[in-house]
Amino acid sequence: MNDRPPIVLNGIAASPGFAAGPLCRLDTALASYAPKATRAEEIEALVGAIAAASAAVAELIARADGESADILEFQLAMLADDSLAEPALAAIGQGEDAASAWTRALDNEIAGYEASGDDYFRARSADLTDIRDRVLRVLTGAESGAVPAGAILAGEDIAPTRFLETDWSAGGGIALSAGSSASHVAMLARSRGVPMVVGLGDALSALAGEVLLDAKAGTLTGFAAPADIVRHRAAAAAFAAARSSAAAYLSKPARTADGTPVLAYVNVADPSDVEAIDVTTCDGVGLMRTEFLFSRGLPDEETQYRAYRKVLEWAQGKPVTIRTVDAGGDKPVPGFTVAEGNPFLGLRGIRLSLSRPDIFRVQIRALLRAAVHGTLKVMFPMIAVASEYERAKAMFAEEALALSALGTVHRMPPLGIMVEVPSVAIAPEAFSDVAFFSIGSNDLTQYVMAAARDNASVAALNDTSHPAVLRLIREVADFGAARGISVSLCGDAGGDPALIPHLLEAGLRELSASPAQLAAAKAAIAGVML
Amino acid sequence: MMSATAVASVLITHEVGLHARPSVKFTKLAKTFAARVEMALDADGPWIDAKSIVKVMATKAPKGTTIHLRAEGEGASAVVEALVALVERDFDEGDHAKSA
Repeated sequence: MNDRPPIVLNGIAASPGFAAGPLCRLDTALASYAPKATRAEEIEALVGAIAAASAAVAELIARADGESADILEFQLAMLADDSLAEPALAAIGQGEDAASAWTRALDNEIAGYEASGDDYFRARSADLTDIRDRVLRVLTGAESGAVPAGAILAGEDIAPTRFLETDWSAGGGIALSAGSSASHVAMLARSRGVPMVVGLGDALSALAGEVLLDAKAGTLTGFAAPADIVRHRAAAAAFAAARSSAAAYLSKPARTADGTPVLAYVNVADPSDVEAIDVTTCDGVGLMRTEFLFSRGLPDEETQYRAYRKVLEWAQGKPVTIRTVDAGGDKPVPGFTVAEGNPFLGLRGIRLSLSRPDIFRVQIRALLRAAVHGTLKVMFPMIAVASEYERAKAMFAEEALALSALGTVHRMPPLGIMVEVPSVAIAPEAFSDVAFFSIGSNDLTQYVMAAARDNASVAALNDTSHPAVLRLIREVADFGAARGISVSLCGDAGGDPALIPHLLEAGLRELSASPAQLAAAKAAIAGVML
Repeated sequence: MMSATAVASVLITHEVGLHARPSVKFTKLAKTFAARVEMALDADGPWIDAKSIVKVMATKAPKGTTIHLRAEGEGASAVVEALVALVERDFDEGDHAKSA
């Protein structure tokens, strides 16, 4: 097929699966704009591109939900406002072409937001950038049929809106030179089962044409030899077969080969995730992240309340464990997190929440009010010492009193902690009065192994199956069993068929996995003889 | 048709100010009226079109800002009243909407 030697790039698998298809670059839109003959045609091109972009956003709104829909509503309102294009239209009148006039006008707007002293408004520059690029893609023709079905989208990173507007029904995948497996897009990809590899490096720009994405091993192959293609097809078929045989386990309760029942929960990142999950296939929600609510600035109490209530009502009485906001680390929130030299060891999780009680109390009130709509449990991330738990617990009690005084309906949920800082796993006896433990295996592993989970160059060290990590998990499980405190695990390990036997042998009987991994997790549990 | 004018000012109490979602609600509501309606952060201006989300967002009005409104034409006082009420209700997003 070609004479070039194959190029194999190594990255980090962010969402498992296989895809083969044409590489489609996300970031070369502007290069190809061909200026029109007259100013009138330039104006027509810009007005038409804005209309097409608006129509595309409107169509997305119909399919989106919650936070995603709010972002898109805002973008649509901006696109529909004639003031947005006015400076660009004036520049075209001065002889500029549509693409550069639009870019300059929007860059001006973006600069205005970036210069704002207010974090919330500063963060809106991302929306304006999204609007700018969406129109540019139409102008340069990148949007109209240039993304073939089943394409592998490639770039430095990918916007959540870009993910949402892509039709994944014909396959395809995502290959990023940078990116993070902890990003919101990665979570979306895992919950939709879209293969994704991140951290492929700058060499990604050297690839073109048909490529093979192996999002199990974390590789991208370009200029593949026929033998590579045959091997890739076989691996993809085996993966699909394993996925569908695992699907047979989905509807059954999780049990080991010798009949020991295991509780299998799902992880939820966005309240709208639950719409695609059949509640009868799981035992509840083991981890509902709340960072997504904070991804567009600070959410008000009502927005949070609605999101929590939605998931609690979906669960039909099964337990839903919601984690208070785990911002900081690799998850910055404008107006909340602080810039730090070493963010994973800095002001993140409960540390940040306790330092900003004004923000934390809004979340606490929303949780207390939502608790009446199901079986809520609340846990705190990044607890290192018992006084953090005590302070957070006291704030819950204070807010509950305040709600009572107002006559607002609410309920106090059981309060537990994440076990992810080694101090807790090594000396759990300081936490004898928590309602439950939930082991965050991703952070526990990165802190025990001193290997950041978003750094490709130390990925081999970031290993949950290392005896040091497994020993800590076993000790926490033993401690919980001795004190009658339930212990679950909600990191990526909980959905990893290779790690599940180790976790069950360590004594865990409650695992939480992402929805796309639930079937494989149950299948793996069924293969374990204890 | 008689031409009318109306003016008012209102304090923004919403947690993050006149941000994306409130701005969408604000400008959508303004556009349901025929009157020309303008907004300013200072009583002396500059005045911007309160029906333009691009202009309204660009004021970047945070919590605690007093916004001034003025309208002219058919339904001038109605549009000012409606916008003031929306801001006073925290854009229907705040703690006022208690759960049952």
